[in-house]
Order: sequence, then structure tokens, then C-alpha cells
Amino acid sequence: MADPQDFHDSAYAGLLDHDTVMDDSQWAFGTAHPDLQGEDPLAGVDTTVREGVDHTALAAYCLMLGDDALICSHRLSEWCSHAPDLEEDIALANIALDLLGQARLLLARAAAADPSVVPAMPAGSPVPPEDALAFFRQDGAFRNVRLLEADNGDFAVTIVRLLLFSTWRLALLQRLVSSRDEVMAAIAAKGVKEVTYHRDYAGRWFLTLAQGTEESRSRLLAGLDLVWRMYDELFVATRVETSVASAGVGVDPATVADEVAGLLEQVFSVSGVDRPELPQVGPVSGGMGRDGRHTETFSRLLAQMQSVARAHPSGRW
Amino acid sequence: MTTPQWVRSERSERLETTDLLDRARSIAASVTDPEMPMLTLEDLGVLRSVSVEEDATVVVTITPTYSGCPAMATMRDDLVHRLADHGLRAVVRVSLTPAWSSDWITPQGRQKLVDHGISAPGAAPCRNGPVAISLMPTTRSLTCPRCSCADVALTSEFGPTACKAIYRCTSCLESFEHVKEI
Repeated sequence: MADPQDFHDSAYAGLLDHDTVMDDSQWAFGTAHPDLQGEDPLAGVDTTVREGVDHTALAAYCLMLGDDALICSHRLSEWCSHAPDLEEDIALANIALDLLGQARLLLARAAAADPSVVPAMPAGSPVPPEDALAFFRQDGAFRNVRLLEADNGDFAVTIVRLLLFSTWRLALLQRLVSSRDEVMAAIAAKGVKEVTYHRDYAGRWFLTLAQGTEESRSRLLAGLDLVWRMYDELFVATRVETSVASAGVGVDPATVADEVAGLLEQVFSVSGVDRPELPQVGPVSGGMGRDGRHTETFSRLLAQMQSVARAHPSGRW
Repeated sequence: MTTPQWVRSERSERLETTDLLDRARSIAASVTDPEMPMLTLEDLGVLRSVSVEEDATVVVTITPTYSGCPAMATMRDDLVHRLADHGLRAVVRVSLTPAWSSDWITPQGRQKLVDHGISAPGAAPCRNGPVAISLMPTTRSLTCPRCSCADVALTSEFGPTACKAIYRCTSCLESFEHVKEI
């Protein structure tokens, strides 16, 4: 009989040995024990909110930018093992990973600025605040733009959406580098480097598909017509954005509209594509994505993204 | 004349702290990157600082290469474990600013990359003002780390880890990875 005290008898016993193994990376939500050092992505970063900056507005703004990154990341990650070839599979997964990292930092920043945004978890739950925000909020509490919600469609649709999103996000992040909130400024400075690669990737594929075969061009144009209907929403400022912009910590998205239009025009003209003039999906009950009004498909996205975490809020099964 | 007791104890305490710091620093500097184990965290420029608190806790500060770098948790655990193996208690902190740049990879680190068949990054782009959109494939003057041929072709700007692109040598026909400039 094996001595139950001797964990060498079982390859798995060591996994459960809290006292001798101080490694929590094996656990769901990153930690097995509340006393162990957590995996806080902002561990050691000074998250004090500057004087004169409204905590609530800063947190709400971080949720907006964080949710954009999270939802775009989730959709891109759905391409894993489904992309046209291995290189694109890896590229889309890499972009998804960068955005997931940005989302994690921004959601952690939101939680640090205003802990009241974090959903309540059962006592003893190891779920860190950024995961609670990602996996335990209802659809109406998400603040992402609706452009990012629809199913991926074909590769052309994904490329069009990524081009619009990354061009817009890069313009925002470049301005946020000088945010008065130092954490936001640091997240933006890293993000600029990453999203530059994303935008170039999408722009090059846009050109390739537009100038490729008849099939690739027709699919690209169809994708553009589909995605463009959510374009104007990117530049509509909510009260939160106006407030953080005037406090010098955020950006009014309306102020990047011309720059984004100019950059897209460069891509369109080289690709021989006309900028669409299409009716836009307007507000629903007076609100859009930033107000928590989302499309029908968004609930299905959340159901898939959140179901495992919600089934195991204590991280044990 | 003998040195008063209080002077001696203060001096030895100071010596001990310096000794502890040196020890902690060299242990932390020897921890390797989980994804590119030929490099130490110091070679990669990810290890930002090592200090010792009054209670002898070692504080190691690291910075992520990319926002979503999945190796951060492993780096943190490896640092804590390695220092614990030497009887030192450590906490690991994250520094986000200044953002990591491939320019921080040390000359020794670059040599190790090439020795292991990975092409080292060139100078990171210096950005001032709006970033221009680039619709042509990125051009870099690289040589194949295996056969030193300069005739190489970009396969993808995204590789098996967040920090690498994939190239192909048109002479020896081998694929190789290139650490991207950021």
C-alpha cells in the first residue's frame, strides 16, 4: 500500500500540496490560496488616482477601453484553428493576446480606481477583480462599442473590422500616452507599439484582398458594407468620455474622427475602394454600446465567454 | 583601542545588507525566460531592479515585453522559487513604464539568440507624433542565423510568441524566428 503521506507515490498529489508548493500558476483564476501572492497585473504599480480626477469617471472610462479590447480579443480568438492558413491563425491569435493583455490591465485599473464597479463574488472566491469584471458582469454592464460584437463572418469581414477598430484605437492610445493618469498613460504607451502592428496587418490584408481575385474583392466589399454600419458610433462621446477628456485623463473620441478618416482614406485609395456612404445603426432606447445597449448576438458571445467561470465562481471543481 | 560595540554592529549590518543585495541580484539575474530559455531575464531586459527591504524581503521588479505576455506569471513564480531555494523571501512587482523595448536586450542576449538560431532585433523605431500606416511588408536587413545568407523572406509578422516574426532563408530554405523591434 502506498503511504498517503508520501506525495512522490502520485504524480498528481503534489498539485494539491499547498504547504510545500508555493506555485499558484496551476490554479483557475491564478491562485489557490488567498494568502499567497496574487497574480495582480498591476502588482507594485502606484494606482493612486490623481487629485482632481473623478474616480468613478476614470473607472467607467477604463471599462470602455478595456471592454473594447476584451470583446475584440474574444472574437479574434475564435479564429484559432479556423483561419485560412497557419500563419494567419497565429497572427490573429497574437493580436487577440495583445488585446487580452490590454483588457486585463485596463479592467484592473478600473477596479483599482473604483472598487464598486467589480461584481460581488462569493466569500473566499479567488477570482481577481479583472476576471470578475470580464466574467461576472451582465451584458448591460459592458461598455464596448457594438462594432466588435457581430460574429466573425469570413476572413474579409474580420479584416475590415480589425482595420477600422485598430485605426481608431491607435489614434486614441496615441493621445492617451499623455494622460494625466499615469497608469492609463503607461498602458497606452505599450498599447501603441502593439496596435501599430495590428493596424499594419489589417491594412496589408485589406489591400491584398481588394487587389486579389474577383472573389476576394467581392467578399471584402461585402464585408465593408456590413461592418461600416457601426462606424459612426466610434466617434460619439458619452458623458463619461467628455468628463475624462476635460480632466486630461481621457480622449473625446470625436476629436480623432478626422485623423481616422484620413488614414482609412489612404488604405481605400491604394486599394481602389470607395469610402462607403451607408445608413448607420443608430441608438436603441437612446443608447449605444457605451451606454450598455448591445446587439442580440452579444448575449450569445457572453454566454460562451463566461459560462465556465460562472459555473465555478470559487475556482474549484 | 577597540571599536565600540555599536559601531561594529552597525557596520556589519550594513555589510550584510550589501551582501544580501548582491546575492539576491545575482540569483534574480540568473533566472531564465520561460519562452526563450537561452536568455536570462536580465539578458532580455525584463529585470528592472532588485532591492532589499528592511525586513530582508527581496523586491524584484520586472516589466512585461507585451501587454498580454503569458510568461509573466511563470517569471514571477520562477523568481520567487529560485530566491526561496537560496533561503530568500521575495516579492515580485510589475513596472509598466517605461514600456519594454527590444533595444533593452543586452549584447550578450543578442549573441545568445543568434547562437540558438533566432535572429536578434534591429533598432526599435523611434516614434514622434502620429504613426504612419504602412501597407508594404516590413523590410529589415537580416541575415539567416543558420547560414548567414542575407537573402531572406518574411513569412509572417506574427510568430510562435508575441515578440517574434517568422522568416525563411531562401538559400538554406530553413524557417527562422526574428525578435521584433518594438
